[in-house]
Amino acid sequence: MSAENKVKVYETPKLRSFMPIVHCPGCHYGIIIRILCENIEELGIEDRTILLGGVGCSYTWPIFFNLDAASCPHGRAPAMATALKRIHPDTIVITCQGDGDLGAIGLGCFMNALSRGEKLTTIFLNNAGYGQTGGQMAPTSLLGQVTTTTPGGRDPEISGYPLHVAELAAVMKGVAYSARVTAHTPANFGRAKKAVKLALQKQLDGVGYGFVEFLSACPPSWRMSTDECWEFIDKKMLAEYPLGEFKNVDRID
Amino acid sequence: MGEKILITGNEAIARGAVAAGCKYFFGYPITPQSDIGEYLSGVLPQIDGAFIQSESESASIYMLYGGALSGERVMTSTSGCGFALMGEGISYISAAEVPCVLVDVMRMGPGIGTGGQHGQTDYRLATTGGGHGGYRCIVLAPASPQECFDLVQLAFYLSDIYRILTMVLSDFIIGRMAEPVEIRTIDFGPVPEKDWALVGKGKKGGRIDRQLGGPVMGVPEFHTHQREKYQKIVDNEVRYETYQVDDADFLLVSYGSSARICHGAVDMGRTEGLKLGLFRPITVWPFPKKELREAALRAGKVLVVEDSIGEFVDDVEFALLGQVPFHLLGVWARHLSGGSGIIHPERVLAEVKGLL
Repeated sequence: MSAENKVKVYETPKLRSFMPIVHCPGCHYGIIIRILCENIEELGIEDRTILLGGVGCSYTWPIFFNLDAASCPHGRAPAMATALKRIHPDTIVITCQGDGDLGAIGLGCFMNALSRGEKLTTIFLNNAGYGQTGGQMAPTSLLGQVTTTTPGGRDPEISGYPLHVAELAAVMKGVAYSARVTAHTPANFGRAKKAVKLALQKQLDGVGYGFVEFLSACPPSWRMSTDECWEFIDKKMLAEYPLGEFKNVDRID
Repeated sequence: MGEKILITGNEAIARGAVAAGCKYFFGYPITPQSDIGEYLSGVLPQIDGAFIQSESESASIYMLYGGALSGERVMTSTSGCGFALMGEGISYISAAEVPCVLVDVMRMGPGIGTGGQHGQTDYRLATTGGGHGGYRCIVLAPASPQECFDLVQLAFYLSDIYRILTMVLSDFIIGRMAEPVEIRTIDFGPVPEKDWALVGKGKKGGRIDRQLGGPVMGVPEFHTHQREKYQKIVDNEVRYETYQVDDADFLLVSYGSSARICHGAVDMGRTEGLKLGLFRPITVWPFPKKELREAALRAGKVLVVEDSIGEFVDDVEFALLGQVPFHLLGVWARHLSGGSGIIHPERVLAEVKGLL
């Protein structure tokens, strides 16, 4: 094929800012950021989208998007999103929160936003550990998983059980969409992108809360290579956290 | 002159907020301020606004933060333990420098205290900002329902001018008492445009605003900017009221509901020929240090009255710089040991006589 016949099939989304992704090598967050960018562009909502990061690694997310954005205090993005959305209902408000932010310190805030049936979209980043603080146990850490605060492996007698947020969200009346996805293979990238688009569409249509949980690798806190992380997701994470849609409704009665 | 209606201090705060153009309120019920939210839950939806009953004060303060980021005038109110829960958020709002108003109608603490009865025990927490990190908030202390109505409007104005969280520090007695209040919208002048608001870049010609909520880069620069802003407030926004101080040889110093009690004590003392005066800070941050010191130096003797074990008195001590002796009459001077006991003007006057 000659040079002039080449067709560009892959480029940086226009919504990605000039700031380089600061996450660790092997982290899947860059892929998830791309999924968000592509969906927001394809839906044509970038002019009215506000993106909120949490505390932890997602604190940096506002700088990666050419969007109005804010970093929120630990676990409180759903409360801030609630006010922003209620005051300007024409905006599309997205929160991006990690497993400590949403599943531990902010679980009450999140559940109450679901309970109120806020018209928001939440991207939940489940990497089974606390990345930014150096690999402590998260509510979503697996049983037996060694972390810096579960040196003998997570023991349910001491530290309880892995938290299943996508299933939890699905039982809430105010939720229109809840799914769990991964983006660690090309096929899963496509499915994950579709799930995020559906979750955004529920907000666009004013149906209810849209929620997508991503299983994501954290090589430093898992103490694993990139390849080992893929295997850990395939064999361990998927065994605990099944993928799929747990709720998808077009109307909440 | 506007219409006068008989309302409580709490309702005056709610009505004052509406008069100031606040259409959004987020709050969690706690005695003795729940009626502020109750009133606004009925009114705000009628003026195309929103009332949200949050699940906690931790959520209220972040709804306030999110709401402030939207560029609209927003308010929350709370008391005692609820106020303590808001500390982290107040700090974040202060770092982000977004304008908003927080009302604290004080109740007696510590802990659950008297279950929501009167007391002035949030003073220290409020005047130091309530949260972590180095920052300041403007704190206005009303002493009547009319002042509740007027000061909440001033709070919104100052908040917009300086991009600072402004508190109205009321208390149970002021919040629950009813007096005639003149309903008037106060025009303080123009405020800066909130072109930094997060409303989606489409409404701003494509310009993006990111709020990272803190001194991410340029740490000394950020704090220097904050310090200069606070100094400007100290230089320009001190407010206080004096009563019978010109010829006074004994000065009562008090704020909020306790100042009303002192007002009565001044009148009683004057009928007996005692030259009493009252100095009442309206801004408790910035505190009227210089003005108080000058009044105290003229009078020569000072009695501080507050319904706590002594919080406000620390600011008085700071202001007096050791130049004037002072005494404190606190919660121990209440007439009953139960939660309903109060400090009567007669008790204040007796204390004065003991010090003369």
